[in-house]
Amino acid sequence: MSMRRISWDRVISILLILPSILAIAVFVYGFIAWSGWVSLSNWDGLRPDLSWAGFVNYAKLFANPRFQIDLRNTVVFTVLFLGTCIVIGLGLAILLDQGIRGENFFRSLFLFPMAISFIVTGVTWRWLLAPGDPATGRLTGINVLLDAVGIPLSRWYTDPTVVHIQPTSAMGQFLQQIDLGFLTTPNFGLPVAMISIVIAATWQMSGYVMAMYLAGLRGIPEELREAARVDGASEWQVYQNIVFPLLRPVTLSVVIVLGHISLKIFDLVAAMSKKGPGFATDVPAYFMFETTFQGDHYSQGASIAIFLLVTVSLLVIPYLVYSTRREAEL
Amino acid sequence: MSRRTIWSVLSLVVVLALLLVACRPQPTPPPAKKQLEIFSWWTTGGEAAGLLKLFELYNQKFPDVEIINATVAGGAGFEAKPALKARMLGGDPPDSFQVHMGHELIDTWVTTGYMEPLDDLYKQEGWESVFPKGVLEIVSYDGHYWSVPVNIHRSNVLWYNKKVFEANGWKPPATFDEFFALAEEMKAKGITPLALGDVGIWASTHLFEVILAGTMSPEKYKGLWTGQTDWNGPEVKKALETMAKMLEYVNPDHSALSWDQANDLVIQGKAGMTIMGDWVDADNLAKGFKDSGWAPPPGTKGIFVALSDTFGLPKNAPHREQAIEWLRICGSKEGQEAFNPLKGSICARNDCNPELFGPYLKTAMEDWQKDTIVPSLAHGAAASEAWVTKINDVMTAFVTDRDVAKAQAGMAQACKDVGVCK
Repeated sequence: MSMRRISWDRVISILLILPSILAIAVFVYGFIAWSGWVSLSNWDGLRPDLSWAGFVNYAKLFANPRFQIDLRNTVVFTVLFLGTCIVIGLGLAILLDQGIRGENFFRSLFLFPMAISFIVTGVTWRWLLAPGDPATGRLTGINVLLDAVGIPLSRWYTDPTVVHIQPTSAMGQFLQQIDLGFLTTPNFGLPVAMISIVIAATWQMSGYVMAMYLAGLRGIPEELREAARVDGASEWQVYQNIVFPLLRPVTLSVVIVLGHISLKIFDLVAAMSKKGPGFATDVPAYFMFETTFQGDHYSQGASIAIFLLVTVSLLVIPYLVYSTRREAEL
Repeated sequence: MSRRTIWSVLSLVVVLALLLVACRPQPTPPPAKKQLEIFSWWTTGGEAAGLLKLFELYNQKFPDVEIINATVAGGAGFEAKPALKARMLGGDPPDSFQVHMGHELIDTWVTTGYMEPLDDLYKQEGWESVFPKGVLEIVSYDGHYWSVPVNIHRSNVLWYNKKVFEANGWKPPATFDEFFALAEEMKAKGITPLALGDVGIWASTHLFEVILAGTMSPEKYKGLWTGQTDWNGPEVKKALETMAKMLEYVNPDHSALSWDQANDLVIQGKAGMTIMGDWVDADNLAKGFKDSGWAPPPGTKGIFVALSDTFGLPKNAPHREQAIEWLRICGSKEGQEAFNPLKGSICARNDCNPELFGPYLKTAMEDWQKDTIVPSLAHGAAASEAWVTKINDVMTAFVTDRDVAKAQAGMAQACKDVGVCK
């Protein structure tokens, strides 16, 4: 009797999840497989041409100067975005953790930008960071504030400068001597315009990081800190030796969540700077959009999509394995 | 059965019922009302006014047709074109859509078999004798006509501030040598010689096409787009070198400005000249600037680099009959005379009344009749979108690093990639 009941239950549960399994199989994994196939085909133009091309599209992709710039931009953006978000988010979380009055209010206040779409954030920050009207010289946005306190004005996301090691500098000459001369090219530099995008993205996501750290801080038993203090640790030592190590799993989650956002970023760039000036704020997702839907190079576009999928997987899959294992241990 | 099982069965029933409802065959729609859906990116200013004027003409003749104005905003159609592609590939074509004359139409839609030829319409309306030969060449492919041009813009115009030029005794340069001599003089006076606004990179590609046309003969220029002129040859190299030199005389913030903001610099006398298409004329009129002077840029006297907005007939257009009448109006004298003064362009036909047009457009109409017509690169007439996208990428890098050899190699590779060059 009990056997029959279990199998009846199982049948029903399978039937219930079957529609979503089918939908995900077709609309997620089916289309991923389709993109993978397209990326290995000769489809160049509106009419589908699925004849086998091998890995030509990938070879072309990595030889493409624009894509090389995109890789640089992705690394620069990811490092700056993650770094600032973690520093600001952790800072805010520690401040809120001091038991201040109106904590709920501040928590919501900092968390709120996350609820806004990247498009809205991008448009707003484009206005705030506008370099002013060059024809009339009238200042706008943040530059008005900078001007008022006498800080030299910035051209923000319109600055085409790429800061890199000059081949003629002492450092550059040393690098050339040890056969690392390629490090002195702009492809290993920092595009200044990217900083504006990082500011906007950080504004949006650092509240979320704060919330995660705050939850992490609340999960650390007060007794541990007390014990450390009783042992004579200073407040800094308490953080250094007790709090930060215990927050490590939170940091890992933050890196995963923000990392995959930063690899896939598209909307913020589209709303703020449209990849410019030059390719200073171009990212692979934007390149993919233009290549596929403006240039009709479908197989080339698909190869960028697969590249993005693989990089995101490299970040996410080890994390999933790690957390499933931990769950199994518990 | 336990309560849980009952609930499970109940929810399963609900889910299945919902699925059935969703999959129920749709009731057949009521017989279609007469409609006409026109897809374009004309949403602002004179363009929108011109489009509405054409609709008005249409409704005077066919009052019972409801016109659906399907527009997608965005300069040069960068947002509209992907939207159109999605509709066409999804089997939901509009009745007629705006598309640039030339390869943008042909390579995207004609060679792929999405369009109907319009030979009958051309014969019935006698368009073969009223459109200039250069235009007929550009709109045809494989011996057929594929779209109806409503207007013509000229890409190669050098715009300057007459007051500034007169005060200094300058005249517009006819050769590149004169251009650079004049640029030095302007620089000495503290005036930016050439205003450029390439926040949209097409503006740089536009400058490049004008320099290309000024560097080589019209035949050689046309040969670039058929693979007959070598992209690795000396002319392309010369053009890139000229462009690199010109970029030394442009406003430093060019990558942050749009073409009309660059034109503002000329209007205010901060910059001496700008090289841009003749939509600058409409911009000047809108801004009340009356001291505008114009001339062909260096080396392009007698050459008319043309681009045009055209409308075509997609296969399986839902209201084919209405669409053909629409094309008839687009190509008619009446339609073009109504549309073009508002849009700030000239008629593609050569029998429009010049009195309807402003002073610049009058001179453009004269040149249109006598100049050699060649297709524009930046605006889809000369090369496929796939090709232009690649050239834009090369230009983006070139404007920053000004590496002539690298850019030339990139251009030659682009020509190979799209299968035009061997």
